[in-house]
Amino acid sequence: MPGAKEIRTKIKSVKNTQKITRAMEKVAMSKMRKAQDRMAAARPYAEKIRRTLGHLAQANLEYKHPFTVEREVRRIAYVIVSSDRGLCGGLNMNVFRTTVREVKEWRAKGVEVDFVLIGNKAVSFFRRMGGNVLATATQLGDKPTLEQLLGLIKVVTDAYREGKVDRVVMVSNEFVNTMTQRASPMQLLPIEAVGGEELLDHWDYLYEPAAPELLDYVLQRYVESQVYQGMIENMASEQSARMVAMKSASDNAGKIISSLQLQYNKARQANITKELSEIVGGAAAV
Amino acid sequence: MANIHVDIVAAEGHIHSGEAQMVFAPAEMGDVGIAPRHAPLLTRLRPGTVRVQQPDGAELEFFVGGGILEIQPHLVTVLADTALRAKDADEAAALAAKQAAEEKLAGAKDEMDTARAQQELIEAAARLQFVQKLKSPRGH
Repeated sequence: MPGAKEIRTKIKSVKNTQKITRAMEKVAMSKMRKAQDRMAAARPYAEKIRRTLGHLAQANLEYKHPFTVEREVRRIAYVIVSSDRGLCGGLNMNVFRTTVREVKEWRAKGVEVDFVLIGNKAVSFFRRMGGNVLATATQLGDKPTLEQLLGLIKVVTDAYREGKVDRVVMVSNEFVNTMTQRASPMQLLPIEAVGGEELLDHWDYLYEPAAPELLDYVLQRYVESQVYQGMIENMASEQSARMVAMKSASDNAGKIISSLQLQYNKARQANITKELSEIVGGAAAV
Repeated sequence: MANIHVDIVAAEGHIHSGEAQMVFAPAEMGDVGIAPRHAPLLTRLRPGTVRVQQPDGAELEFFVGGGILEIQPHLVTVLADTALRAKDADEAAALAAKQAAEEKLAGAKDEMDTARAQQELIEAAARLQFVQKLKSPRGH
């Protein structure tokens, strides 16, 4: 049985670790709340632009924008959303695993794959895995803004427009609830048909300026809002995953401490018993 | 019903929603005043103020940095940009994102070396600890 002193130092070090994980849990909890608020705040825009697109899809449009036209896929771009920091359970790994699986399928079909990376974790993962990276955005902080992503989105939409890639898929964590986040791929381009409520039969918008230019603008905004939504949802997922991971780490630390404490008590008791029996033995011998 | 529903939203948050008698917006090709039953219109906005005349006559003003204006006979949607954006700014940002990717890949070797060095350092520290334990008189 190890000495009582060693056990005591061990308990102390585990307690220190527990303090850290508990603090991180608290921090993640408050950040999660804010991230969820931001997620909710971004929703109306996404809904409204979706509604506008739904109307557009029903309008009698002679002009078809390239963003809405399905092409034969020869090259595909994956936008991967990850967190900047670790210690958030299997959150990022889930996204990477989903991506790697899909990438394998595409490669088996002879389709080449490019990557667009958001977050430090994705950058370091795909550096190890290799692959052609078009653009990255890292160090987005706790309050990401759309502006931080605009450059990256432009790279993606330009690549699509120029025919360098024929499809763009975004993989990010979908925030189901605090306990559950799901890594889910979503097709960004071409834009899949959006349903909307039925309107009048034959009508079209007045376009100012001309339709092609305007559509380009609207669809670009739509893609931007989708990526922003994905990132902000991933951030809420990150915080809640971190909170859960840190909570279970604190609980585990508590378990270790109580088992160490038991060990320590036993060791101490054994020591006392030994001393007592020695004294009694000594007294009997005299 | 001589009212029209207005939704003003920005990417980062919801701004205003409600009924209005009349809405004025700075469209790209000139300011527009929108009364109920306006013909469907889709246009870009210039930076400026969107004015909403509420049914009770009170007027609300919202600044928009550009965006999209969609008009349906009973519905006005303003998809506002919160930031002022120029074409060149987007271009520059795109270039920066590309460069970041290249730098990250070019710097890969260096950072890999750092990782390896860290690994070696940890191993060395562990070895040192082990040696110290061996040397300590009580054997732990």
